Amino acid sequence: MCVAAPGKVIRLYQREGMEMGEVDFGGITREVCLAHVPGVRAGEYVMVHAGFALEIIDPAEVERFHQLWREVLGSAGPASSGSLPSGEEGP
Amino acid sequence: MNLSPFRDPAIAARLLEEIRAAQSRPLVIMETCGGQTHALLRLGLDQLLPRGLELVHGPGCPVCVTPVALIDQAIALAGRPEVILATFGDMMRVPGSASTLFDARSAGGDVRMVYSALDALELAQSNPEREVVFFAIGFETTAPGSAQAAMQARSANTGNFSLLSAHVLVPPAVRFLLNSPENRVQGYLAAGHACAVLGWEPYENLAAEFHVPIVVTGFEAVDLLRGILRVVQLLEANEARVENAYERVVRWEGNPRARAGMEQVFRICDREWRGIGLIPASGLTLQPEYAAWDAQEKFGPPAAAQTAAGVCISGLVLQGLKKPTACPAFGRECTPAHPLGAPMVSGEGACAAYYTYQRMPEGRE
Amino acid sequence: MKGGKIQLGHGSGGRMMNELIHNLFKRHFANPELDPLDDGAILPDPGGRLAFATDSFVVDPLFFPGGNIGDLAVNGTVNDLCMCGSRPLWLSAGFIIEEGMEYDDLEIIVGSMAGAAAAAGIRIVTGDTKVVEHGQADRLFINTSGIGVIDHDFTLGSRHLEPGDRLILSGTIGDHGIAVLSRRSHLGFSTPLLSDTAGLQELAALLLQSCGGALHAMRDPTRGGVAALCNEFARSAGVEIRLEETALPVRPEVAAACELLGLDSLYIANEGKLVAAVAAGAAEKALKALQSHPLGRKASIIGEVKKGEAGLVAMRTALGGWRVVDMPAGELLPRIC
Repeated sequence: MCVAAPGKVIRLYQREGMEMGEVDFGGITREVCLAHVPGVRAGEYVMVHAGFALEIIDPAEVERFHQLWREVLGSAGPASSGSLPSGEEGP
Repeated sequence: MNLSPFRDPAIAARLLEEIRAAQSRPLVIMETCGGQTHALLRLGLDQLLPRGLELVHGPGCPVCVTPVALIDQAIALAGRPEVILATFGDMMRVPGSASTLFDARSAGGDVRMVYSALDALELAQSNPEREVVFFAIGFETTAPGSAQAAMQARSANTGNFSLLSAHVLVPPAVRFLLNSPENRVQGYLAAGHACAVLGWEPYENLAAEFHVPIVVTGFEAVDLLRGILRVVQLLEANEARVENAYERVVRWEGNPRARAGMEQVFRICDREWRGIGLIPASGLTLQPEYAAWDAQEKFGPPAAAQTAAGVCISGLVLQGLKKPTACPAFGRECTPAHPLGAPMVSGEGACAAYYTYQRMPEGRE
Repeated sequence: MKGGKIQLGHGSGGRMMNELIHNLFKRHFANPELDPLDDGAILPDPGGRLAFATDSFVVDPLFFPGGNIGDLAVNGTVNDLCMCGSRPLWLSAGFIIEEGMEYDDLEIIVGSMAGAAAAAGIRIVTGDTKVVEHGQADRLFINTSGIGVIDHDFTLGSRHLEPGDRLILSGTIGDHGIAVLSRRSHLGFSTPLLSDTAGLQELAALLLQSCGGALHAMRDPTRGGVAALCNEFARSAGVEIRLEETALPVRPEVAAACELLGLDSLYIANEGKLVAAVAAGAAEKALKALQSHPLGRKASIIGEVKKGEAGLVAMRTALGGWRVVDMPAGELLPRIC
C-alpha cells in the first residue's frame, strides 16, 4: 500500500462542498482532496495518496533533519542534488 | 521544501554503517507494508543491509491479501452490462479463482482504472445510466478516501455509485502474526502511511504485550534505514517500545479527521485474508446507513470462495513462516509472468520480490 | 467536407472515397510517386541493401500534448528504419477509420503526417483507406510500412552486442508516456510535458558517421521503455546488461508523475529516443556526436554489456545497491499500493 507523493498546495477551492486543492508535485499538478487536512494553507506541503492529502508535511521536522545531518556530515551537508534518481530536488 | 536529504546517498551510507556497527547478532525484522518491500527492492537496499539482518516481507500488501471471493465478485460485477467497475491499477492482474480483471475487460467488461475514489464517483455522476462499482481495496491509508467518496455520494444523492469494500486493517494483522507460535520476527517496521492515519497509539499495547520494538517507518531510502537502525538498536538494547521514525508525516494521534470519516462510513468486520485465513475484526464494511452505497447490498453477497487447492503457499509466505523459495512452484510454474498466487503478482509481493532478487548473481563489484 | 464526419461511403471505392483521397491525402502528401494514385508506387533502385519495417498505431487518445497519432505513425516507422542503420526513403500509409470520425480531426492528423514526413526527408508514396462501422475501430488506426536504403557496409543488430560495449541513451526517458497519460481522464494531471515524438534519422546518421563498425546496434525504447529494450538486447545477444541509475536522464516532471502514480520511468514509452550499443573505444565519440545535436543534448552512457548471466538486466541504484530490471509484464499499471 501507500504509494504517496509530497506536493505543494498551490491554491485552495471548494468542489461540491469538499475542500480541494491544486497541488504541484514538481512540474505536474493535480487536483487533490484536502478534506483530511483542514486548515492547510497554500504554500504548505502535503503527502498525497490516491488523490487525498494524508497529512501536512511538518517543515519543522524537515528542518530539524537538515540541521542534524549538516552537523553529522560536516560542512558538506546533505547533497542538494546530483545523485538523486530523479536528478532533481523535491518541489 | 527540500526533501532530497531523505534520498541522499551519503546519509544512507552513514546509516548503513551505523546499522552494521549496532548489530551484534543475527536479527529478523519484518517490514509490514508492501510499499516498503517495493521501495527496499527498488532502491537496492535489501542488498546493502548486513547479511545477519533478515528482512521478512510482511502481509501489508492489499494485492496479496484481498480475498479471492471479493476479486471474483468484482470480476462478476464487471461482466454485467450496466456496471462500470472502477479499480486501482494494482488489482488488474491479481488472479481470482479463475481469472483476473484484465480477463474481465478482454471479455467485454467495462473495467476502468482510477487514481482516486473520487474519480470513481465522478464516473458515476457523468454516467447516470450506468452503475459504477468502486473496488475499494487497501489499508487505513486508503479507507478514508473511500469513506469520503461514500459521504459525497450520499450528500449529492448519487444513487448509481457503490463501494465493494475489501478494506483491511493493519494492527489486527500484526497481532495475528505476533500470536503465531512459529513467529520468528523480532522487530517490526510499522507502515508509515497507514500510521499517518492511525497514529502509533494502536501499536503501544502490542509492543508491551509481546515485548517487541515497533518503529513507524517511511518509504524513502533514509526513512527506511532510520527505521531499520532504530529497530536494530532497540533489539540490541532489549527494549520493546514504539518509536516514530517518520516524524515529518506521522503524529502519535494520527489524523483524527481522516479516522472520523472512516468511522462514519465503515464498521469493523471479520475478514478473510487470502492465503492466511480469517483474522477477526480486521476488515471494514459499510455501515447500515450507507447500505444504498454498498455493492453487496445492491448486488448481493459474494459467492462462496473456492479455496484454491493447489500448490500456492502464499499464506505461509505472507506470515513470514516460509520463504518463497521453499515453495515447489516458485520460479517454475509460478513466476511474475504467470503467477499462481497473489504475492507473485505485484512488485511488492514477497514472492515477486524474491524472484527478482534471486536472479542476482553473486559477486557484483 | 470540413466540419463533417467520415462515412462508410468514404471507404467503399466510389466517388466519396475518391474525393477524400484527392482532397485530403493527395493534397497533403503530394509527391511524384504518389500522385498518379495507381495501385502501387513505382520506385527507383536506391542502390544498396534495403531495410523494410512496419508499424501500426492504435494510440488513445489520438491527440496528446506535443503531437498526435499522425506524428507517431510517420516517426515510428522512420525510426524503425533508422535503427536498422538505413536511410528512410518511402512510406506507405493505411488508414482504418471508424465511421463518424470528425473530418477535421483526420485532416489535422494527415497534416501532421505530411509535416513529419518532410522533416524526416521521406515521402508517403502509397496508401489505403478503409472505413468500418461504428464500434469496430477506436476512431482511427494507422499502419505505416517503410523502405530505407543502407548506404554503408556495416551490419547492425542486437546479435552483434559484445561484452564491453557501452549503451548510450540519446535523451530523457518517459516523456511520451507521461504526456499521453496526462490526457487519460481519471488518472489525469496537468503538465507542460510534451511527447518527444521525433524522427531519429539525423541522430542515427551521426552515430554511423562517428562510429562506423563500432556501432553494433540501435533500438528505440518505445512500448515497455528502456527496460524492455535492454531485456530484448540481453536476450537476443545472450549477454548481461548492467545499467547505472544515476546516469539515466529523467525530467523532473516525469519523475514527479512516476512518484505520484507508482510508475517506473524505465518502463514508460518514448517516441523520439534511441539506445545505441557501441564498442567501448568509440563510446565517448558517439556520446559527443549525439550531444552535438538538439535531439541528443541529454545523451548519456547508461550502461555496459557484460558476459555474465545471459538475458539478465541489472541496475546499480543511486544508493549503490543492485536491482534486477525485469521485462515488463504487460500494460503499464499505475499503483496506489
